[in-house]
Amino acid sequence: MRDQRIVEIRNLSKSYQRGGQIVPVLSDITLDIASGEFVALMGPSGSGKSTLLNLIAGIDKPDGGMLRVAGIDIAELSESELADWRAEHVGFIFQFYNLMPVLTAFENVELPLLLTRLTSGERKSHVETALAMVSLSDRMEHYPSELSGGQQQRVAIARAIITDPTILVADEPTGDLDRASAEDILNLMDRLNAELGKTIIMVTHDPNAARRARSLRHLEKGVLTADRS
Amino acid sequence: MHFLKLVLRNALRHRLRTALTVLGLVVAFLSFGLLQTIVAAWYHGAEAAAPNRLITRNAVSLTIPLPLHYREKVRAVDGVKAVAVANWFAGVYQDPKNFFPQFAVEPVPYFSMYPEYRVPEEAFRAFLRDRKGAIVGRKLADTYGFKVGDAVPLKGTIFPGNWEFVVRGIYDAGEAKTDTSLFFFHWDYLNETMKQRQPLRANQVGIFVVEVSDVERAAAVSQEIDKQFKNSIAETLTETEQAFQIGFVKQTEAIVIAIRVVSFVVIFIILAVMANTMAMTARERFREYATLKALGFAPRYVAALIFGESLAITAVGCAIGIGLTFPVGGWFASQMGTLFPVFEVSENTVALQIACAVAVGAIAAALPARRAARVRIAEGLRAIG
Repeated sequence: MRDQRIVEIRNLSKSYQRGGQIVPVLSDITLDIASGEFVALMGPSGSGKSTLLNLIAGIDKPDGGMLRVAGIDIAELSESELADWRAEHVGFIFQFYNLMPVLTAFENVELPLLLTRLTSGERKSHVETALAMVSLSDRMEHYPSELSGGQQQRVAIARAIITDPTILVADEPTGDLDRASAEDILNLMDRLNAELGKTIIMVTHDPNAARRARSLRHLEKGVLTADRS
Repeated sequence: MHFLKLVLRNALRHRLRTALTVLGLVVAFLSFGLLQTIVAAWYHGAEAAAPNRLITRNAVSLTIPLPLHYREKVRAVDGVKAVAVANWFAGVYQDPKNFFPQFAVEPVPYFSMYPEYRVPEEAFRAFLRDRKGAIVGRKLADTYGFKVGDAVPLKGTIFPGNWEFVVRGIYDAGEAKTDTSLFFFHWDYLNETMKQRQPLRANQVGIFVVEVSDVERAAAVSQEIDKQFKNSIAETLTETEQAFQIGFVKQTEAIVIAIRVVSFVVIFIILAVMANTMAMTARERFREYATLKALGFAPRYVAALIFGESLAITAVGCAIGIGLTFPVGGWFASQMGTLFPVFEVSENTVALQIACAVAVGAIAAALPARRAARVRIAEGLRAIG
C-alpha cells in the first residue's frame, strides 16, 4: 500500500494576481506522495507551502501542470465535482480548528456525514466512534466555546477522519496550541498514520511538529528545494 | 432538520443584534399595516357601494342643488326601479370637532335601497311616525352614547338655525364594510323647515339616489336620465354610486398617495436595515462558509443558510408586526371616532405585509448570499471573523 502513489504532481505552477501584477507562488513543482505517508511541508512565510496544500486538497486550482490525487486529475474537475471529490477524499485540519460555533462537538463531527446517504443512527454510531478515538466521548454535547484549544483541534480531527478520507491535510495544526496540547495533537496524528494508515500532509513552521512526520519537503520561493525521508 | 437547526442557531447567535433587528421589523410592518388600513378606510365608501345604485347630482357642482320636481322625471326613465332624495346636512353636534355625516332622506325608498342598514322594524315605524325622528348607526351611537329616545340638537351650517332630532332607532351593519357612523333624518322635516326659514331654498335636492332594475343597464339608464335634463337650467350628472364615492376620494387623493408612498418608504428603510444586518452577519462568517465549502457543501447550501436566516428573522418580525396591527388598529380607530367609518385590517393588508416580508428577507440576503456562495475557499479560510 505504501508504494501506491496517492498524490502525483508534475510541473505544477500557480500564481496570483495582486494589484495588477502577476505574482508566481509555485513554479514547476514535481512531487509524489505515497499512500500511508506522513509528509511535512516546511518553508518560510510566502514560500507557497499552504498554496501547495490547498491545491492538493482541491480548494484551489493550478495554472499549469498535472495534479493527480487518489487517481483523479483534480485540475480537470468542475467546482461541483471538486466539492463532491473533497467530501469523499479529503479530511481537513485547520490551524484555527474552524468549527461551527453554534454546533456541539457531536454536530460538528457529524457535518461531513450529512453529505452521505447514512441514516441518522449510522451517523450517530460513526460520530461516537470518531469522538472516542480522539478521547472526547465525554464532551459530545459541548460547544466549541466550552472546549480548550487542544480539545477543539481534536474535534476538528474527528471531523476530518469521520468519512474515512483518502488523505488528511493539516495546515499548521499545532500553530495555535500550547506545547502540551500540540504534543497531544501530534501524537494523535501519529497514531492515525501509524495505526490506521492515514496519508497525512501537514504544513508547519514548527520543527518539533515536522520531526513527527515520516518525510519532509522544503519549499523556498515556490520551489521544492530539499527532501528528507 | 440540520439545516433548520443551523439557520435558527445562527439567527440567535447575536441575540441583541437579532432582537433589535426584529424590533425594527415589528415597528416597520406595524406602521405599514396601519398606513395601508388608513388608505383602505379612505376608499371604504367606494368599496361599500352597490352596483345597482346610481347618484344623480347637478352637473356643475355637488354644492348646487337640483329641483325637487326632477324626481318624477327620473322615476319615469325606463329601467329606474326607485328614486329617493337626499341632502347632505353638515350640522354641528355640540362642538365642530364632533364630526359625523348627517343626511336628510326620504325614509321609505332610501332604506329599501340600502338593505345593509339593518333597522329593527319597530324602530323604523317609530321613526316614520316622528317628523323629527332620526336613525343613527351603531358606531355613532356608541361614540356619543346616543340611545333611543335621546334628543340630539344640531346647529346647521348649510341649513342655518338650530335643529332638534330624537333618536328613534339604531341601525346595525348588514355587511362588514357597512358604515355605521351615519345619522339620517326626514327630508320632509328639512324641506318644511326651510320653507318657513328660507322659502327660496325649499324644494331643492342635493342628490337623487336611483335604483336600477337591471345592473347591466346602469350605464344606459344614467345616460337616459342626464338626457332628460339636457339644456335645462340645472343639467344633471348621473354616475354609479362607486364612481360618485371615488370622486370624493379623488379630492383628497394627494394625501392618500402620500400615505401609500410613506408606507412603502417604511418598508424600504427596514430593507436597508435588514440588508446591513445580513451583510455584517455574512462578513463575520466568511471563514465558516469557506469551511463548509471545503468540507464539500455546495455553494447553494451556503447561500440557503443566509437566505434562511434572513427569512426567519423577517418572518418573526413580520408575524409580531401583523399580530400587533389588529389591537393597535382597533385602538387607533377608537381614537379617530367616526372619522373613519370602517377601520378594519383587511386580508389584503395582511397579504401585503407578508409579501413585503418575503421581499425584504430575500432581497436583504441576496448580495451576502451571492458573495458567500462565490467566495474562493482559500481566501475565505484566511478571513478573520
